[in-house]
Amino acid sequence: MEFLELLINALIAGILLGGFFAALSIGLSICFGLLDAVNIAHPTLIVGAAFCTFLLNDLLGIDPIVAGLILTPVFFLLGMGIYSLYYQFFERQSAEALRGLAFFFGLLFIAEVVMIMIFGVDHRLVNAPYIGESFTAIVTGMTFSIPYRLLAAFVIAGLMTLGISYYLNSSYFGRATSAVHQDMMALSLMGADPVMIKRIAFALGLATCGLAGALMIIVIPIEPAVGRFFIGNVFAIVVLGGLGSIPGTLVGALILGIAESLVSTFFGPSWAPAVSFGILLGVLAFKPTGLFGTGDTR
Amino acid sequence: MLMRYRFEIGCVVALLACFLITQVELNRFYYFAGFAILQYVLISTAWNILGGYGGYINFGTAGFLGLGTYVAIAMIQFYGAGIIEQIIVAGALAGLLGLGIGYITLRLKGVYFAIATLAIAIVLETFVNNWDYVGGAAGVSILPPRTPELLGITIVDRKGGGIFYNNKEFLFFLMGALAIMSVWIARTVEFGKLGRGLNAIKDNEEAAECMGVPTLKLKLIATVISGSLMGVAGAVFPSYLTFVDPPTAFNLEFAVNSLAMPMIGGTFTWIGPVVGSILLGTVQQVAIVTISSEINLLIIGLLLVIFVTIAPHGIVGWFMKKNK
Amino acid sequence: MAEALLKVDSVTKNFGGFTALSEVTTEVKSGERFGLIGPNGSGKTTLINCISGTLTNDGGSIIFDGQDLQGMKAHLRTAAGITRTFQIPRPFHSMTIIDNLKIPLEFVSASGRPQAEIRDEAMSILETMGMAEKADEETSGLTQIELRKLELARAIAAKPKLLISDEAMAGLTGNEVDEVTQILINFNEQGMTIIMIEHIMRAVMQFSQRVICLDAGQLIAEGTPDIIQKDKGVERAYLGV
Repeated sequence: MEFLELLINALIAGILLGGFFAALSIGLSICFGLLDAVNIAHPTLIVGAAFCTFLLNDLLGIDPIVAGLILTPVFFLLGMGIYSLYYQFFERQSAEALRGLAFFFGLLFIAEVVMIMIFGVDHRLVNAPYIGESFTAIVTGMTFSIPYRLLAAFVIAGLMTLGISYYLNSSYFGRATSAVHQDMMALSLMGADPVMIKRIAFALGLATCGLAGALMIIVIPIEPAVGRFFIGNVFAIVVLGGLGSIPGTLVGALILGIAESLVSTFFGPSWAPAVSFGILLGVLAFKPTGLFGTGDTR
Repeated sequence: MLMRYRFEIGCVVALLACFLITQVELNRFYYFAGFAILQYVLISTAWNILGGYGGYINFGTAGFLGLGTYVAIAMIQFYGAGIIEQIIVAGALAGLLGLGIGYITLRLKGVYFAIATLAIAIVLETFVNNWDYVGGAAGVSILPPRTPELLGITIVDRKGGGIFYNNKEFLFFLMGALAIMSVWIARTVEFGKLGRGLNAIKDNEEAAECMGVPTLKLKLIATVISGSLMGVAGAVFPSYLTFVDPPTAFNLEFAVNSLAMPMIGGTFTWIGPVVGSILLGTVQQVAIVTISSEINLLIIGLLLVIFVTIAPHGIVGWFMKKNK
Repeated sequence: MAEALLKVDSVTKNFGGFTALSEVTTEVKSGERFGLIGPNGSGKTTLINCISGTLTNDGGSIIFDGQDLQGMKAHLRTAAGITRTFQIPRPFHSMTIIDNLKIPLEFVSASGRPQAEIRDEAMSILETMGMAEKADEETSGLTQIELRKLELARAIAAKPKLLISDEAMAGLTGNEVDEVTQILINFNEQGMTIIMIEHIMRAVMQFSQRVICLDAGQLIAEGTPDIIQKDKGVERAYLGV
């Protein structure tokens, strides 16, 4: 009975965590999966958004979710800027893809150091009515508890990721973005400018950092280096779901969320970081195209 | 004749210089700074064998280094192993780690290898955090032997009679010798068949494979060499620091430096990482004492991005024609 | 008639739901000059990717020189005697021209021989291409025709039994096309079997002893250049009627 109670609680927490993970990964899924821009700085930029949320909340008392919405266009513009640089120096010159990777790595490091210089290495939190309390239910003698902050993050993450997948799936822009991925020629024939489409798509990917950052600081206390620990998660999710597949990313996020939650519950939270890496290596070893991937991996 | 062997002569001179420095009783800070710089020569040279020649980026320097560090700690805890044994075993295991990760990911696009190596540092750190035998998350203190011996010769003795007066001076010399060895290995690789094959892989992997280059095999060999040298660099750490905790051993700074130093020095030839690590290492040692360690890190990050975008051939590329 | 050097039997390749090659069967005889034509996207390059090992065919078999190539890596196929050039030249751009040739020499045809011999060998190949004076230059300064010649020279350096030339003439002028055709004919006369993939009909018809035509992943015609030129199916494939 006690085991069942633990298991069900872990599963509920895992699903909620999976939603949160989806919010962290969907932007990377666009940049990496659809545009081949391996933005390893993505989680660190999310932490940047989380610190901005902290400031808006701490100084102006703005609700973190509202703060996330305010930050979204800011990160969209940031994405336009970063992509312009990236395009100018790497993609246009068809430089080795790996140099682009080193560029994003440098970006990650700079962002992290700047945050340390501004905020120090202390953990920061935000205040909102839904943080701290839990919804508790007792069913047939078992106690189930759902923290409201996880629930809030899950709902917002769900709205955001489903909205983006619907948009990419059904809009002209979304189809153009997949066309960029598959065939530049076809896109030119459609009369669209591939570079502009890529820039907007990349910016859309980065725009998700705004809300994802707000969700991050709602879910966990943050410090500048915390982004690093999510690199394993987001890449495991995107690769597990399959490059280029947004629905795959959502499924991957749920799987990883549940897996991490189960491991935390039954083996202790200090083992959780190993889960994503295990999944990542396992997928790369046995099915590098992931669950729903179409892209080639060589 | 002398010109022909100038590299070998240079190595011997550098080794002698390292030895002489240990005999002149400098302020301890200089040995500390020198050790750090020499360690970076070793690490960035190791990184460049795969990253510079083969074009496969390893973000997991901290993982390989930390593995070496903790293998050495475990060996000390287990049976009080000597430093040379620690170095050999740590190098071997770090090489095996490279083989394992490489075997899984080097068949895929280079980004997968890069991502896997990035995650490895975090996972190894997780394991160490959960492994109390080597100190767990709290860290561990290492007591180096008072009068270590090698082949029956007393190496360090404060009372005199040993070759070195102080353990730190011995380790400084040892790191110098290892750094010179790594440069020698890198240069041998570069001017050999392996180096030429790796270069072809970097330029165009599919064309290389179609021209008969066994690409996977060469990448694996390079990863193993590179990884074991990083493990070697880590193995000296516990004896040197005498206190190690996971955040020190798995510090992301190693990954950034091992990438930034060759990129800034120039990745296409062995001297690039040497120039990069001596230059950047010295700047860092000065910046840490004069400004702050954060600004120091910021400088590295900015330099990395600047060089990677506008000067991909590094400092050496300005002085040397890219083709030999 | 000479024996078949290459036997392609029911080779099929799918990309996701798209069938790029559907049960293609053909043979190339030892010493033959073989033409492979077909409209864009008909599967020509996919077929040679499967033969050279950069792609793995999903069905069927490829036998080269009596050896089944299934599961064999590309570099081993090169060692076995199949070398290809690329449609878009892929020089090793960080190396000099002569060093480009040294790669296949060192790894395949002159493996283990001293550097001086390898250099001499590379020089003599460059001489046959009329590129000897450029040996120590970088590849970035090369003209289109020189890049094409380097691509061929590098392939020749692997001493292949079978050379697959993938659109070696795209973007060349009329005279240059003749020059490259002549180079290929010279190599064929030395005993090398050659598959030429080409869009320039004049060149492929003049060069080949036998031609096959692919359309939408299927083999639609096979025969001498005369027969192919009169084939109604080939005409339809090209005119898109």
